[in-house]
Amino acid sequence: MKLYCLSGHPTLPCNVLKFKSTTIMLDCGLDTTSVLNFLPLPLVHSPRLSKLPGWVSKDGTVNLEKELKECAGRVFVDSQPEFCLPERELLDLSTIDVILISNYHCMMALPYITEHTGFTGTVYATEPTLQIGRLLMEELVNFMERVPKAQSATCWKNKEIQRMLPGPLKDAVDVWTWKRCYSMQEVNSALSKVQLVGYSQKVELFGAVQISPLSSGYSLGSSNWIIQSHHEKVSYVSGSSLLTTHPQPMDQSSLKNSDVLILTGLTQMPTANPDGMLGEFCSNLAMTIRAGGNVLVPCYSSGVIYDLLECLYQFIESASLGTTPFYFISPVANSSLEFSQIFAEWLCHNKQTKVYLPEPPFPHAELIQTNKLKHYPSIHGDFSSEFRQPCVVFTGHPSLRFGDVVHFMELWGKSSLNTIIFTEPDFSYLDALAPYQPLAMKCVYCPIDTRLNFHQVSKLLKEVQPVHVVCPEQYTQPPLTQSHRSDLMLELQPPPMPYRRCSVLNLPFRRRYERVYILPELANSLVPSEIKPGISVATVSAVLHSKDNKHTLQSTNVFLPCLVLAPKPLLSGAVPLEAFLATLQKHGITEVKVEETADGHILHLQAEDTLIQLEEDGTHIVCDNNEPLRTTLRDLVLRFLQKL
Amino acid sequence: MPEIKVTPLGAGQDVGRSCILVSIGGKNIMLDCGMHMGYNDDRRFPDFSYITQNGRLTDFLDCVIISHFHLDHCGALPYMSEMVGYDGPIYMTHPTKAICPILLEDFRKITVDKKGETNFFTSQMIKDCMKKVIPLNLHQTVQVDDELEIKAYYAGHVLGAAMVHIKVGSESVVYTGDYNMTPDRHLGAAWIDKCRPDILISESTYATTIRDSKRCRERDFLKKVHETIERGGKVLIPVFALGRAQELCILLETFWERMNLKAPIYFSTGLTEKANHYYKLFITWTNQKIRKTFVQRNMFEFKHIKAFDRSYADNPGPMVVFATPGMLHAGQSLQIFKKWAGNEKNMVIMPGYCVQGTIGHKILNGQRKLEMEGRATSVTLCCPLAPIKLQIVLDVKLQVEYMSFSAHADAKGIMQLIRMAEPRNMVLVHGEAVKMEFLKGKIEQEFNCYMPANGETITVTTNPSVPVDISLNLLKREMALGGPLPDPKKPRTMHGTLIMKENSLKLVSSEQALKELGLNEHQLRFTCRVQLQDPHSDPDTLHRIYTHLKSVLKGYTIQHLPDGTVMVESIVIKVSSSAEDTNTKVLLLSWSYQVKYFQCSYLTDGLYRD
Repeated sequence: MKLYCLSGHPTLPCNVLKFKSTTIMLDCGLDTTSVLNFLPLPLVHSPRLSKLPGWVSKDGTVNLEKELKECAGRVFVDSQPEFCLPERELLDLSTIDVILISNYHCMMALPYITEHTGFTGTVYATEPTLQIGRLLMEELVNFMERVPKAQSATCWKNKEIQRMLPGPLKDAVDVWTWKRCYSMQEVNSALSKVQLVGYSQKVELFGAVQISPLSSGYSLGSSNWIIQSHHEKVSYVSGSSLLTTHPQPMDQSSLKNSDVLILTGLTQMPTANPDGMLGEFCSNLAMTIRAGGNVLVPCYSSGVIYDLLECLYQFIESASLGTTPFYFISPVANSSLEFSQIFAEWLCHNKQTKVYLPEPPFPHAELIQTNKLKHYPSIHGDFSSEFRQPCVVFTGHPSLRFGDVVHFMELWGKSSLNTIIFTEPDFSYLDALAPYQPLAMKCVYCPIDTRLNFHQVSKLLKEVQPVHVVCPEQYTQPPLTQSHRSDLMLELQPPPMPYRRCSVLNLPFRRRYERVYILPELANSLVPSEIKPGISVATVSAVLHSKDNKHTLQSTNVFLPCLVLAPKPLLSGAVPLEAFLATLQKHGITEVKVEETADGHILHLQAEDTLIQLEEDGTHIVCDNNEPLRTTLRDLVLRFLQKL
Repeated sequence: MPEIKVTPLGAGQDVGRSCILVSIGGKNIMLDCGMHMGYNDDRRFPDFSYITQNGRLTDFLDCVIISHFHLDHCGALPYMSEMVGYDGPIYMTHPTKAICPILLEDFRKITVDKKGETNFFTSQMIKDCMKKVIPLNLHQTVQVDDELEIKAYYAGHVLGAAMVHIKVGSESVVYTGDYNMTPDRHLGAAWIDKCRPDILISESTYATTIRDSKRCRERDFLKKVHETIERGGKVLIPVFALGRAQELCILLETFWERMNLKAPIYFSTGLTEKANHYYKLFITWTNQKIRKTFVQRNMFEFKHIKAFDRSYADNPGPMVVFATPGMLHAGQSLQIFKKWAGNEKNMVIMPGYCVQGTIGHKILNGQRKLEMEGRATSVTLCCPLAPIKLQIVLDVKLQVEYMSFSAHADAKGIMQLIRMAEPRNMVLVHGEAVKMEFLKGKIEQEFNCYMPANGETITVTTNPSVPVDISLNLLKREMALGGPLPDPKKPRTMHGTLIMKENSLKLVSSEQALKELGLNEHQLRFTCRVQLQDPHSDPDTLHRIYTHLKSVLKGYTIQHLPDGTVMVESIVIKVSSSAEDTNTKVLLLSWSYQVKYFQCSYLTDGLYRD
């Protein structure tokens, strides 16, 4: 069994497991942090951005004015943003049989894997993962396509030139493999390969292994996966949460008894408590609004935003923000809000109970009904005429490089009355803000990451007791910036097996058994004999059929018997002297001379001129060419022995 | 031989109070727990004393599964769990869990508050009963205990209806509940894996009919409604709050929009309005088309259909009213019916099955004069001097139409499901005996089909194969013997030892079995002396034997070993001279018990063939 690691990003994994002749891809995460190296894509012409100076090397020999722009000491690529894809050279992607998706954040690279690679397999995901994943992809494509940029910068990627650039561009790896965003057509084609599954549904792959998604508690429809055969079990844990937010709680007990547990998607903010962050978020928001400023919340259009809106629903009245308009702007805002209300099966118990009443499970329905929350597909159209300030705007993309958020940064960045509150943990807020510097607007960093922290995960591992743990190397050492915090790493016995991008791990377990089915006819013909209390054995001679990785044993007599002469069984036990002599006597062999030896006895059958050597672990019959006698003696000896 | 037993307590050769007991692999499962609409006495509920005479059912049942929220499938549930006594798990889908208590409460109110019956379950009992419910998701494999697992499949029929696959070891049963094999305007078609159950328990409401296309029926329905509206009449459609009501609402809504009609459409307040809300929240259970477009346009937000107020019934002019309940046996639909029955311009359309004894059933059978209890209202009375409470005779002048919209599989649909699931045996329930006979005959051309009556048990013997863990070494060895590619025509043989220990069955090679069981091997050897006349020296004789055997025994491994032995396969040959006469050689042939006999005979044949 092997694990190929195609992504180095611990929360956006992409691994391939080879197990019992199946090739299974676990998640398809797209590392979007690469876009931070690019200049934002403004929705309306931005004089500030267009006036940024081009970059020329200090000695003047390299001039990349057209491709690179400088802003507040940093250099940005002026081109359509590009993403860092999972490794595509480590193994032939067309050999992948299935792709298992654990949550909608971990499927954004799907079109790069399933399209134009010869992939012919099936993708498995839950319904909320598919629907919301589709929305997020649609949003991404929309963000890119509505501000088409003719230019595609490539000169800077030249190794010689890249070396001369200032950091972090200089240190970016594999820039040649970075790709522009896919098209909607590719998204649709990729998603058409998705087969829906429900929690605890068992799906057979080629009769060889069984896969089953388990609730992971992180987001709507998010799942961990069990990949098992009758005798081996691999658990894949990705993006799980033990906090009570909106999704169904995590199923922990089903992870028990794993031979290997692959652990990814732990919290990216191990020191930030989500509840505390939520409190800070609310108080900063209220403070800014009271002072007459606007609040900008860059966010994804599904996930934590549901919790933020629910929190605000309770907070608005108590903080007397009842008249403040809340705007949610995204091409998929409406769909995201609508979809969140129809997945009762995937929600936590409290929310399910509401659906039984029947009431919408999320209170944002009421916020919309009472006009406190309004949603728009973009800043164009209705929004521009209905827009009132001061207000709170939720919009994407959290990288601040594309989407409507770029417009609000340009609009509100100049005033210190306004506040931007970061809630998504995927991007460093300083890097995100870099191309907007200098900035007067206040910045508050309240990353809310509900995924497992190190404390929770070690408790979980203690409970489910996997034999081996595999995890990204980042989890086996404390974070670079907090190297003294040994509590911010995984300490296990035996130590976890770390992986990094492009690792190929040999997973340490040997398969010993396989399932075979004995057909009823054969089962009835078996003669078990008890050899120890509670343990019986039976010798089996049968015809083996193997079809679709299923093995069955059938009686041999269905076929020509000459084909399948059974070998004689092994023998066990010992032949007791007295009893054997008595038996000989009964069969008319009376003249027996017994001679004691070091290891047993020698019986001399005088009339027959035959020797029988009886020892603890062996019997030796020496007789001349007298076949009938030999057969008789053999059968008499066998009476005292067990056959295996 | 293992057996599976099926006993209907209700719905055996009948429609109503569905309740089927299944015993499989030592587990007892109750499928549905319904009531009979046609009875008001004991026969209303299944006869639970069949399970046990004294007391609670908890010890006798491993689980109860409810297929959908119709009362003939869940109406006896609180009675069973709270009054007879059952504390085990009850499984149903989320929509069923949401809607079922509302219908039960509604039913309780009609029975207790309106009819004044006592000895009936209370509101609290419904709540307590629902606390025992564990919601099921589609396709989720639920482990009831270590051995019993159940899996739900989409059944169409009504929102949240499910078929269920029950499995213990390698034995399994599928229960369909009520299902529909053709998608309609709001629900999808039933679907199931090719799960090859030992028994398929199917409903057979429409066992003999192959119904005309849905489109025709819809066109017919719309035409009738339209004509009545055109001539200024009123249309009453008695429905149950959930199910057909929504389908017909969608149908009328789109028709009104297309034809730009102005006449008002109402649905009776309360349940139906709430029901639409359930459909909105459980939209993932509706059909593909509705699910796809729900963000742009939620099909269950009706523009033309408004809530009904009882005063509207007296409004002049045409209108269409959906009112509950569907069989005209009580409530708002009956009140409106009484008001409108006297006018021949009006019409009542019955969109579903009516149980005997209800007014719905009577008018469908052409009865035009109905005797009923009631207060004097504005209907045309035969007896104008009636006192306040009296038997009143109602003259039915309005048009009565029957349109079957109830979503059950027809004969074609049932056969389709059989093709999907490929069962080994079939049990028909939830249908009339005569109709079942017809279908039974058809199915029996292929395999066994049963139609037990209530309280009658049918037994099916199963023949499961035995799962065994085979050591991979043994399996690989056997597979390698068969050549690189498996050839289905060339059977491969397998020899090993089956170790039975507690509950585990392991098949290993004999050597491994000895090792695992900590047993010593007992060698049984045979030695045979053969005398030969040969003047050569001992080693020469041996070598001559070696070359001779090599020439006659083709295809055998023959070795001349340096320790002065020749081995033919595993048979050892030694030569020694007789003490008296050096020309007389004694050949010692030695072999173990495991050597195949024919090998020995080949050898002796070879030796003597000179």
